[in-house]
Amino acid sequence: MNIHQRRYLVNKAALALSLVAMAFGLVWLLWILWTTLELGVSGLSVELFTKMTPPPGAKEPGGLANAIAGSALMVGLATAIGTPVGILAGVYLAEYGKHTALGGVTRFINDVLLSAPSIVIGLFIYAVYVAQVGSFSGFAGVLSLALIVVPVVVRTTENMLLLVPDSLREAVFALGAHKWQVIMKVTIRASRAGIITGILLAIARIAGETAPLLFTALSNQFWSLDLGEPMANLPVTIFKFAMSPFSDWQSLAWAGVFLITLGVLAINIAARVLFRDKH
Amino acid sequence: MTEAVAETLATEIAFRNFNFYYGKFQALKNINLEIFRRKVTAFIGPSGCGKSTLLRTINRMYDLYPEQRAEGELLLSGANILAKGVDIYDLRAKVGMVFQKPTPFPMSIYENIAFGVRLHERLSRGQMDERVEWALRKAALWGEVKDILQQSGMSLSGGQQQRLCIARGIAVKPRVLLLDEPTSALDPISTLKIEELITDLSDEFTIVIVTHNMQQAARVSDYTAYMYLGDLVEFGETDQIFLKPKQQATEDYITGRFG
Repeated sequence: MNIHQRRYLVNKAALALSLVAMAFGLVWLLWILWTTLELGVSGLSVELFTKMTPPPGAKEPGGLANAIAGSALMVGLATAIGTPVGILAGVYLAEYGKHTALGGVTRFINDVLLSAPSIVIGLFIYAVYVAQVGSFSGFAGVLSLALIVVPVVVRTTENMLLLVPDSLREAVFALGAHKWQVIMKVTIRASRAGIITGILLAIARIAGETAPLLFTALSNQFWSLDLGEPMANLPVTIFKFAMSPFSDWQSLAWAGVFLITLGVLAINIAARVLFRDKH
Repeated sequence: MTEAVAETLATEIAFRNFNFYYGKFQALKNINLEIFRRKVTAFIGPSGCGKSTLLRTINRMYDLYPEQRAEGELLLSGANILAKGVDIYDLRAKVGMVFQKPTPFPMSIYENIAFGVRLHERLSRGQMDERVEWALRKAALWGEVKDILQQSGMSLSGGQQQRLCIARGIAVKPRVLLLDEPTSALDPISTLKIEELITDLSDEFTIVIVTHNMQQAARVSDYTAYMYLGDLVEFGETDQIFLKPKQQATEDYITGRFG
């Protein structure tokens, strides 16, 4: 066997191993998607979006309207609060505090927060807010989700801004621009697609978070958009319904799982399309 | 280049006992040099000789990097721009710069030009349209982009992007235009266009160009400064530098025996 034949075989072997590894990963993903689809689709109906979560043993078929609305409201508000904070902090890290001690400490703490288990964040909000106020509330849920959004957005914003070459910054400075003009009008614009992708991924992340809501927003059987009250939401409803012995609850849980999966998938695809257009 | 007016040489930029440091490393040593108004001056020399460093002091680009500092005097139209209290934003409106790699901004062709103008002037829509067209015509790009002004500046070819950057620089109406190896990333035809442009622009602007390409320096410049290891070895009219250099070191570099 000469050296070329050997290289040929090694190449084939490496390719085969890579394909097996890819197939292994993909099988589970497809299996999850298939199960979700199979069990979730049967629960899909108009009532899902119009009726409230049913009490145990209800005669009428129930839906998830209150949970869908609650989730949408909390995820939306958490994004609205967490995104500006995250972008500003990311701008600080990339443009001002790159080599400063404060920047280093902030970056480290942000990384810790990024990898903190979400149940810790839920318990934290429980301790500092829910326990003080004395009741579970939608607002507490928003706070805990926002705390998850911030580090994700900080990290992606910083990374995307660091991808902007310094030669572009110099070119803006060379025209006589102030630093804030360089950042606001050129570097953020140059990394816009990446930053939006980061926000979308943060939304996808919090859309399915259960633990932080369990200790904060809890759940609500009725329609309520009052942020001072416990608020229904998809993840906790799924958690509750899936563990129950009632078949109508289980069916609703699967429908909820299907909705979340579909939403997250749509967000991921949107993020990909956005990123592709810019590169 | 043009000898229409009787040669009246006015000094636009003057370095007096000028030193420059990157931290503790001295990159420029006691530079004394005059750059003449509406002439093209080329800085040549081997890599690391300090020619780009020298260029980047004229718009105080080094201010962005805290470990870099300059000493001595650098006069622009007679005023020392190293003095305390100099408005560097205003300075950079007077001294435009074009870089080695084209750096179009992530916005439309029109906005690329208007961006710099808006930093310093408030123009009506019509005035801005005129200014954009004026700058693009000056940069010999108008004909190619006049129908696609709303397209992204990034969609242009490399040579067009570089002319866009030149247009962007002159739209602010500076006195001086600094060109830092403006053609080193371009193909020969784009390079030729930029060189012709440099010659045309020297009717209105003082141009300082750093180049690695000796033929380019000989073709486009009126004056040439040869630098080596942070020293200004020789400065003079380009013809004299290339044909009858006074220093042996200059001759060695130009004839390719060194460098």
